[in-house]
Order: sequence, then C-alpha cells, then structure tokens
Amino acid sequence: MVALLTLALLASGCGRSDEGGGGGGGGGGSDPGITDKEIKLGGSYPFSGPASAYRAIADGAKAQFDFVNSKGGVDGRKISFQTLDDAYEPPKAVANARRLVEQEQVFALFNTLGTPNNLAIWDYLNQQKVPQAFVATGASSWGADVASHPYTTGWQPNYVTEAKIYADYLKKNKENAKVAVLYQNDGFGKDLLGGFEGAIEGSGVQVVAKESYEVTDPTITSQIRKLAGSGADTFLNITTPKFSALAIATIAKSDWKPLHILNNVGASKTLVLKPVGFENAKGIISTTYFKDPDSPEWADDEAMKEYKDNVKKFEPRANPSDSFTAYGWTAAATMVKALDDMKEPTRDALMDSIRSMDTEIPMLLPGINVKMDGESDGYPIEAMQIMEFDGENWKLQGDVIEAAAQDE
Amino acid sequence: MSAKRLRPAAWGVVVLLAVLLPFFFNAYRVGQFTQAAALAIAVLGLNLLVGYSGQISLGHGAFFALGAYASAISITDLGVPYLLTLPIAGAVCALAGFLLGLPALRLRGLYLALVTLGVAIATPQIIKRADGLTGGTQGMSLDKITAPAWSGLADDQWLYFVTLAVAALMFVVAGFLVRGRVGRALVAIRDNEIAARTMGVDLARFKIGVFAVSAMYAGVGGALFTISIGFLAPESFPLALSFAFLAAIVVGGLATIGGALFGALFIEFVPVYAADVDEALAGVIYGGVLILFMYLLPGGVMGLVRRISSTKATPRGTDDAQAGAGHRLGGGAADAGAARERVRAQ
Repeated sequence: MVALLTLALLASGCGRSDEGGGGGGGGGGSDPGITDKEIKLGGSYPFSGPASAYRAIADGAKAQFDFVNSKGGVDGRKISFQTLDDAYEPPKAVANARRLVEQEQVFALFNTLGTPNNLAIWDYLNQQKVPQAFVATGASSWGADVASHPYTTGWQPNYVTEAKIYADYLKKNKENAKVAVLYQNDGFGKDLLGGFEGAIEGSGVQVVAKESYEVTDPTITSQIRKLAGSGADTFLNITTPKFSALAIATIAKSDWKPLHILNNVGASKTLVLKPVGFENAKGIISTTYFKDPDSPEWADDEAMKEYKDNVKKFEPRANPSDSFTAYGWTAAATMVKALDDMKEPTRDALMDSIRSMDTEIPMLLPGINVKMDGESDGYPIEAMQIMEFDGENWKLQGDVIEAAAQDE
Repeated sequence: MSAKRLRPAAWGVVVLLAVLLPFFFNAYRVGQFTQAAALAIAVLGLNLLVGYSGQISLGHGAFFALGAYASAISITDLGVPYLLTLPIAGAVCALAGFLLGLPALRLRGLYLALVTLGVAIATPQIIKRADGLTGGTQGMSLDKITAPAWSGLADDQWLYFVTLAVAALMFVVAGFLVRGRVGRALVAIRDNEIAARTMGVDLARFKIGVFAVSAMYAGVGGALFTISIGFLAPESFPLALSFAFLAAIVVGGLATIGGALFGALFIEFVPVYAADVDEALAGVIYGGVLILFMYLLPGGVMGLVRRISSTKATPRGTDDAQAGAGHRLGGGAADAGAARERVRAQ
C-alpha cells in the first residue's frame, strides 16, 4: 500500500516536471483549475424558475464531493464544485459557462443540466477544449458523434436506448401491441419516439396513433381523447413530469385501460405518482438504472446506506428520498472515479480517462456499468431495467436489458 | 473650472478609462464590459425617446431582439461579415420603429406604453414560432469573433474595442442630435405639445423620427450584444429586458447622454452580483438596490454629477441650455402634468 502511494506520488511528480517540456497527452503545460491540492469543477443548474426541482441533483453531487473530500479527496486533491443558476434558460447557461471557464478558471464542467442548455454551450466548450463531462440530459446527441465534440459526454441512458428497451419489452410480452404515443414536441420527445419507431420496425408491434403537445400547453385532454379513440391497447407516455401526471389523471377518469408505459423522465414517485394518487398509477411500466432511494427494496443496501448517511451529513437541506438527489450523488461518484483514473492532471487526460471507463458505480443497479470506448462508444450507461408500479412502490421486473443507441 | 471646460474633461477621463479597461481584466470581465457597451447604445436610444421626447416605450427589448436576430441571421444564413450586419440591424429596426411610431401620433402616455408593451410580450413567442429562421427554442450559436493578427489583441479585447468604437460613434451622433434644433424640438414636444406646434415644430415628423432613431439604436445594441455573447435564444429577450432598459435610463439620468453608460453598467453588473450574494434572493436584492438608488439619487447618476459640478462651477450654467433642459426633465414633465391637472380641477 505504502509502495503504491509512493509510486503514485512519484508519478504525479514526474507528470509535473514533464509538463515543462511539453509532455505527452497533447495537453502540454498544466491546465487551469487543477493543483496538487484542488480540482475546481463547475456546474450550471436551474436553481430558480419552473425547473428548479432539479436543484436536488446539484445537492446530491455536492454531498458526494464533500464526502470524498472528507476522506482526503482524489489523490490528495480536494474537489470544489461551483454551481451557478441558469433558470433553465440557454442564454444564462452560456453566460455561466463563460464565467466558469474564463473567470473562475474551472478544470472541467460537470453535469450541466438540460438538453437546450447543453446544446447552447457545447460548441464553446469544445472550442476552448474544456471537458463538459456527464451532462444531465438523455439526448442521444451527446454520444452520436464523438469526433465533432470530443469534450462532451452524457451520463444517464439516452432516450434512444430507453425507447429500444420498451420496444424489446413489448416484443417479448405483447407481440401484437397496438401503441398510441403521446410525446412532447421538442428534441427530447422526438428522440425517444424516433428510437421507438426504429426499434419496432419489422415486428408485430405497431404505432397506430401519435399526438404531440407543447410544453406551454395548459392541458392534454384532447390529445388523450384522440389516442383513446384509436383502438390502441398500449399507451407510450413520452412526457415531462407535469404532463405525465396530467396524462395518468386523464386516463384514470376515462374508460380506456391500455397497458401504460411511462418514460423514465416522468416516473418520479414524489413528483408525479403521489399527486395523481397511487391507486391511479397501479400497473404502470417504466425503466430505471439506479437504486430508488424511496423503495424498501434497497433499505439495507450498503451503497444506499452510505448515500443516505452522507447526504444527511453534508447536505442537510437536501431530501435523500428524492431520486434527483440520488441521481446527483451517483453521477458525481462517476466523476470522482474518472478523476481518480486520470494519468496526468490535464483536461485531455480527464477525457481519456472518461472515454476508456469500464466501471461499476455502487448506486447503479446491479449489472449496470459505466462503459465507454473512445470514438466507437460515446454512451456511458446503456442498460436499464423494467419496473412496474404495484400501487405503493416501483418493483423491478426481469433482468437488466442492454441496448446500444447506435448499432455497431 | 467652468462647467464648459469640465464636460470635455470628464468625457476625456471616461474615454481613457474605457480604452485602458480591457488590459486589466480577464476575458470574462472584458466580455461583460463589451456587453455593457452594447447595452449602453440601446439605453441611449431609449433615453432619446423617453427622456428627450417624453414618449414612453415598454417594448425596447423587442427592437433589441430584432436587431440581434437580424444580425445573427445575416451572419449565419447569408454569410455577411459581422461588422456589416450592424447597419442591417439598424436599418431593419429603424423601419420597425417607424411603423410602431405611427400609433404614437394618436396615442399618448399610458396608451402608447401599452402598445409597446404588447410588442414586448409577443416577441419571445414570435421568435419561438418562426423557428425556421430563428432556430426556435434551440436558439442560434454564432462563431467566435477572432481578432485580426495585426491588432495584437486577444479576441475578447478586439471585440471590446469594436463595440466601444461603435458605441462612441453612436454617442457622438446622439450628442449632436440633442444639442441642436432637433433636440430643442423634442424637448418642446415633451414639455408642451401645443406650444411646440405653435412654434412651428412638425409633431408627426419628429415623433415618428425619434421612434425610428431610438429603435435603430436598440437594434445596433442588440446586434453587438449578441455578437459578443455568441448565442441567442428567445429567453435572451424576456419582458424584463424592456423594463431593465427603463430602469437604466432612470438610474443613469433621464434626458442625458452620459447617463446611458452608467445605466448600462448598472443593469449588466448588479443582477450578476445580486445572484452571487444569494441565488434565491437575487431578485429581491436587485430590486432593493434599485429602490435605494432612487432614494439616494433621484436624478440618476448624471443628476449627482450635475449637482457636484454646479456647486463647484457657476451655479446657473448660462452656457448650457441642454443641461438645464435635462435637469428639469423628471421634475419638469411632472410639473407640466401637475399644472394641467390643476387647470382641469378648476
């Protein structure tokens, strides 16, 4: 152990002296935001505005970093995580990214939230060669073309992977399903719908009706009525939390009783199912990939206990039962692992470390790994497990299903 | 020193500071100053309209947005060099300002304000719907402007000087405009329309004209602002932006040229610092600072500057009708209104 530590120390010492001579890795001199004592990370989250429920993700991530720091940090470096509010508005995310890079001189951006926000800053960050690691959005864009944006990676399973898993589930369990789809009319909704339509091609599963809504719509009653009238026996619900709740409530009041598949984005027990009443959500199918902090299934799990204890200790404001908090904690654990595996303290070395990851993260479901492979596989998590709501809790079903967003 | 000599000296100091500024700050700060300079152009435009001619616009954010999109679309879709998009943005906005100025001939005060408010409310929605042109909610990214090699400047410094040069030009033009016959006509319209008409001021021409010029300033400001940030989306131009412009002209000083600088610095920096103090209370802090500011400096920054220079120099500047006009303004307009009220009451 001591020998290992000494080696590590020597190695880091060598790394430093090499840099003067324009050492390997392509980075050259030491990068901003990293010293022997500190690694500065930055993030942009909606702390205000309509999407401010996501702030729990930042709280969970901070708890993880504080927990790691309390154990001595990563290779002796303490992680500082500076977060700024963007109110879920892309222009503010751009201003925040510039401030974090140019003024606060962070080493990397971590887990910036929202598809439009990350699209707004990814050109800038890649021009500046600043890592935009593990963004908090499931768009399939983040891993689709690694060569054009080498400094950007997703984290959670992307929407195409998720769609393929639903298609797979139907092909196995309801091979002649007639599916009615409700989807949000933006990049997120079209990503998932496109993935699903591609995956059912050539099978007995058919999309018989699809309706869209705008995020600004007050209700979706007329869309649901049209879908119900289509004669479909399966409902694929591609919506964000507010509309997930509306859809469940509207269907509960109607006499349409389809098999209800609800996408992961809308599957929050506290935000969605509780307000509409658990009895109305019984039998809904969805997917997940990390351990649900609200489920008794994991109450005695070691990783879960560690998570809950440390959130209480380091971020007492945060609610450990909120799955967003667990999300932030788990994503941050992945970041810690990537920093730990860096061969030298440079931004390029961080990207090398991320793009060659193959690791287990304790809060992910057993059997789900973070695995990337250079330019050929730009998606960190590409497996999920089906779950069904039993009227009180989400219950995991069957095995973990792998589904790569891009076929090799 | 008399006020006559004090003024050029003060402007000299401002210009000197502005030129030295980018060499003492990091790229992000320089970017903020660039944006403040762009905002200052728009604020100056609004001040011409509100401060000098007394017409209220709650919709200058819309002209700012129009200029921004005119520039961005010219750059990305038409391949126009970014500097040439400034006159395009200015012309498009001048035309829009001319059209919106038409109702100003019939409507006054709150009624005109409501028309312009309607435009400001509709703007973000229109941008979202016209997504073929504007990129909709996804917004548009612009390539970073790079400094030419001969300048020896960093990219952000180069863009700062470009913006500063355009701003300086726009300030000088505005200064000449308000100092001469046009300025006197505008102030006359503001203070008493009937009297102005009696003196031979063509109300329709001046009212529409000042609307168009004011919109052009906002458009050029919007274009430079967007070029500096390199990204624009509907959320860049919320309703609050139009009110920020109004706050800026009052903070800087109504019916002043220099006030636009201080007003723009205020709306660029105070919200950022407010968010640093406490993210959840940013709005409260910003609002509080604004209220405090108005209590302490009711005449805006330029009101304070005037008070200081007039105690040092001759108390009544005989040389400077404009300063007098500006000084009277907040009070002056209100006095005129009060006088009218009194007449009506009798």
